[in-house]
Amino acid sequence: MNDIFLLKRRKLDSLLRLRKNTAPDEIFECPGCHGKISSDKLKKKYFVCPDCNYYFSMSPMDRIAMIGDADSFREISPDLRTRNPLDFPGYMKKLEANRKKTGQEDAIVTGVLKINGKKAAVGVLDSRFLMGSMGTVVGEKIALLAEYAAKRKLPLILFSASGGARMQEGLFSLMQMAKTCAAVEKFKESGGLYISCLTNPTTGGVSASFANLGDIIMAEPGALICFAGPRVIEQTIGQTLPEGFQRSEFLLEHGMIDMVCERSEMKNVISRLIKMHQRV
Amino acid sequence: MGENKNITPYERVLTARKKNRPLITDYIDALFEDFIELKGDRLSKEDGSILGGVAMFHGVPVTVMGHRKGRTTEDNIKYNFGMPSPEGYRKAIRLMKQAEKFNRPVITFVDTPGAYPGMEAESHGQSTAIAESIACMCRLKVPVVTIITGEGSSGGALAIAAADSVWMLENAVYSILSPEGFAAIMWKDSKKAAEACDIMKITAGELLEYGLIDGIIPEDRKCFQTINKVIAEELIRLNKMSSSALVSNRYKKYRDLDGLYKPVRAAQDIMKK
Repeated sequence: MNDIFLLKRRKLDSLLRLRKNTAPDEIFECPGCHGKISSDKLKKKYFVCPDCNYYFSMSPMDRIAMIGDADSFREISPDLRTRNPLDFPGYMKKLEANRKKTGQEDAIVTGVLKINGKKAAVGVLDSRFLMGSMGTVVGEKIALLAEYAAKRKLPLILFSASGGARMQEGLFSLMQMAKTCAAVEKFKESGGLYISCLTNPTTGGVSASFANLGDIIMAEPGALICFAGPRVIEQTIGQTLPEGFQRSEFLLEHGMIDMVCERSEMKNVISRLIKMHQRV
Repeated sequence: MGENKNITPYERVLTARKKNRPLITDYIDALFEDFIELKGDRLSKEDGSILGGVAMFHGVPVTVMGHRKGRTTEDNIKYNFGMPSPEGYRKAIRLMKQAEKFNRPVITFVDTPGAYPGMEAESHGQSTAIAESIACMCRLKVPVVTIITGEGSSGGALAIAAADSVWMLENAVYSILSPEGFAAIMWKDSKKAAEACDIMKITAGELLEYGLIDGIIPEDRKCFQTINKVIAEELIRLNKMSSSALVSNRYKKYRDLDGLYKPVRAAQDIMKK
């Protein structure tokens, strides 16, 4: 009995969180063109500056609202918490602060939703939560989601926004690369469609694991996507990098991704792809 | 077990990086017979920072590969100090797939400061190459055994270390990032590497306790014999499994490694006997 109530409460919670995002109107300054824009207008434009096309980062719930049908999202395992495997000093405090800031337990939200009526398993990393870094919880939730998607024969869609593996969980974080690679690979072997969407930034251990293993890989315009960050490379080679290096368009040109996709087009493209990969 | 507990983690890092430590070529000479090097990624380049090929191990053909460092500066430049580019990982993938085709086990030796952070490496898809190498290893239908012999840093190490069985030499270190890189990220000061080592948990002893590796090989006079024995025993054990059992077992291993749902497995140290 208890379980049923818990499930219901969780569903309610994630719905409430979706709604809660419609906060009172605020005025933002665009980091691209320094123009002023209201949060209401920004939301309608999918957090893209209408004047200069600057891509603001998006919270997982805004992302889900953007690609999913209204009120169709159901969250999976929202309360998974890290055990601080290395007893890393100060880590728990940092986590608490990030939980307060984002209203989430860790750097990813996973669940199922409907895209133009078609069900899909979706995971969205949150760059606001410890730079979207992947520790044991992020790895576990991606693996759980991939297994869930395989079992239910649903397409798997992952949105990456991450600085890489989480330093505070040390080698446990590195092992999440193996875990998520194995999980999405097993899912792909089962015949499922995996769409990976790279958003700003997708770097390090996330870029070098599940994020770059999609059957189809798309990226948002201008996103930084790399293994080693620009600063590290500049230090290594002792020169400044050219404009646009390691950005989505650069990766497209070098054959690393399938497409660069605008936010306004994303739901439409994903929905068409799902339709073409439907399993009978 | 001959693990000296009085050595600080940072001292182990320095030991792991010592120039006079055995290199992949020494391990191949001592442990295998009839090694034939196989080169190239069949796409664009031969990357010398990963050495690979076929060899005989106790009369059985195996695929062997690992990071290659040099002893002289000249050699180190040639092998890029053991820092692979995408071409190196793509060669590794090619050799692993080949091993699968001919149903022979894969043995890898890990000793790298990390994947090479260069412009060309990035333009040629460093991320993708590493991701695909890890994925390939996780799903390989033949036994895979990894020995971490020196420094195992970041995804550049894991790319050829997602094995059924992972062993470390007593003074080897295995970490998410080099201690210098870690210190630079956490405290914006790469000189705090020694402090970083104290909290990173990168030594063989610590990682065995966490169940993240399968065993430690003492660095004594019998070191090479022990490595030989470990590989032989692990291959005997793994060869008894069907290919599907191997793959599902490896999946479980990496799935439950952090014990987020299941209690951490009691790590076994077969050297104890």
